[in-house]
Amino acid sequence: MAGLFDKRLIVVTGKGGVGKTTVAAALGMAAARAGRRTIVCEVSAQERVSGMFGRGAVGYSETEVAERLYAISVDPEHAQEEYLRDQIPSRTLYRLLVDNRIFSYLAAATPGLRELVTIGKIWELAQLERRDRRSAPYDLVIVDAPATGHGLGMLGTPRTFRDVARVGPLARRADYIHSFLTDPALTGVAVVALPEEMPVNETLELRDELRSRLGMEIDVAIVNGVYPERFTGPEAERIAAVAGEDGPLGSALHAALAEHNRARTQRVQLRRLRKELDPVVALPYLFEPELRGGELERLSRELERRL
Amino acid sequence: MSGLERLVDERSVLVCAGAGGVGKTTTAAAIALAAARRGRRAAVVTIDPARRLANSLGLDGLGNEPTRVAVDGADGELWALMLDPKRTFDELVERHAPDASARDAVLSNRIYRELSSAVSGSHEYMAMEKLYELHEEGRFDLLVLDTPPSRSAIDFLESPRRLSRFIDSRSLQFFLAPSRTGLRLTARGTGIAFGLLKRLTGVDMLQDLSEFFQAFGEMATGFRDRAHKVDALMADPGTAFVLVTSPRADAVDEALWFRRRLAEWSLPFGAVVVNRVHEDGTVAGDVVAAAHALLGEKLGHKVARNFEDYRRLAERDRASVSRLEAELSGAPLVRVPWFDEDVHDLDGLTGMGARLGLG
Repeated sequence: MAGLFDKRLIVVTGKGGVGKTTVAAALGMAAARAGRRTIVCEVSAQERVSGMFGRGAVGYSETEVAERLYAISVDPEHAQEEYLRDQIPSRTLYRLLVDNRIFSYLAAATPGLRELVTIGKIWELAQLERRDRRSAPYDLVIVDAPATGHGLGMLGTPRTFRDVARVGPLARRADYIHSFLTDPALTGVAVVALPEEMPVNETLELRDELRSRLGMEIDVAIVNGVYPERFTGPEAERIAAVAGEDGPLGSALHAALAEHNRARTQRVQLRRLRKELDPVVALPYLFEPELRGGELERLSRELERRL
Repeated sequence: MSGLERLVDERSVLVCAGAGGVGKTTTAAAIALAAARRGRRAAVVTIDPARRLANSLGLDGLGNEPTRVAVDGADGELWALMLDPKRTFDELVERHAPDASARDAVLSNRIYRELSSAVSGSHEYMAMEKLYELHEEGRFDLLVLDTPPSRSAIDFLESPRRLSRFIDSRSLQFFLAPSRTGLRLTARGTGIAFGLLKRLTGVDMLQDLSEFFQAFGEMATGFRDRAHKVDALMADPGTAFVLVTSPRADAVDEALWFRRRLAEWSLPFGAVVVNRVHEDGTVAGDVVAAAHALLGEKLGHKVARNFEDYRRLAERDRASVSRLEAELSGAPLVRVPWFDEDVHDLDGLTGMGARLGLG
């Protein structure tokens, strides 16, 4: 596991709602602390990473949010525009293409184009030689990728376009991207899960699909929200024996039993995952109403320790 | 009768929407199961690319056709379907193709083959299509749709309109030119634009795209009419959207954002379900002394400390629910507590139905 931060790109994926964005931000924090010039890249319409660092939305611009740590939100419109500008140096010709109504409808209707330009920009961020000389290279790009199914779709798009286009600049670029994504020395996959039955199932399915469809392997599974084991079995029995009354004490006893049950159920799922995947890093459940800088720091220290 | 009960008994389509990880699939399945127990012939349809519904119904896997789920003692019926987007797309092509050669041209086109199963927007559209098909067949009294997380769900609501726009635009006409290249120039600017595009994408790509759109063009009218009907079904008074959320701030934000979108598009909003609400800790009062007295100092202390954490969560959840209530004035809102264990079988779904007020 020593090598995760030595890769150039880490794809963070997993089932919806498991805390991918939080983990991506915490990984970014840990990598930056380890001396890597790092950028965390979001691809959904709603930006959250910059907010975790107390900043406003950064949009499609590489913005420093902490020391050595940058954030960007990649949307397909900007990515496509940038790609076309780079490909068509003549401003007049460029305008001619993008202002053409037929072209814009075609681009909107071409299946997979949005995914392709998005992953293309992520790949560009990870290049040591950036698209223009003013852009400094990053040691590491961490992408907060879409949830499982759509994440897989996005990772597979370059190969599809390469195979369809066969020759020409697009095919060449798509081939570079695909080769980069499938080279384990360059690209790593971190899958985020919760210690619950369905997210664990989905994680294992994702591993199989990544392997069979793209020949990619999961580098690490990160399990969020793992309850502390506060009560031993005998303690829980003692509590259960006196539980059942009303009022605040009854509620407190019930909360203790609930904690015990959840922690136990979670351990079963965590064991299931550990049997199939290695390494599995467990992050603690945070009994905090909302995630703030301090909690993010705590998660990133935890990741640093376990990776 | 609670707001949700009325929806379950009276509507014919319920669309469950919300952020990821808030229990949409489970909620959709619990609603359909409760409907079956209330005497309706209900089907739950999931379109999530991952296979979650099968899990929660305890089935090995679901096909692209509804599968009956045995429910003891129900007056109605429970059916479940997990969408296979690729197969649905193929079926749609088969239905709308004017003849076998047009059908084969699309089905064998490389762009179609490689991308019909992989691209996000296509899944969403296919789900709507399947929903419409099931609705048209009239086999079920109630269809409960489990949508993908709301960011893509918006794609999904927009997809019929987007498709219609493309079909109505001149771009398709452009590809319908009789010459095999499909790139006959209709205007000088377009000629130059496509010359540029050809340089970028290579001839092959454009050729395949052109063939794809040509073949597709022959089915355009069928597709467009269908897209309009799907759209109309979503806005029908027999349909209602059930927003599903958890008390987490980001999930609540998404639910409220979705609610505004529904209003903008004049789509029928039905109810909000708030899952995973912490209820332990809602009773105020100091428990330290009593816990010590009851369980001894060590265990009593742990119980009291744990209770503090739960109180903080319960407090957050109360604030979230109040915020939802304030912004959704008067809309039916149902709270479901965070269960000690995952819901993964019919018994669990039955319990959840009771918590939804559908017992």
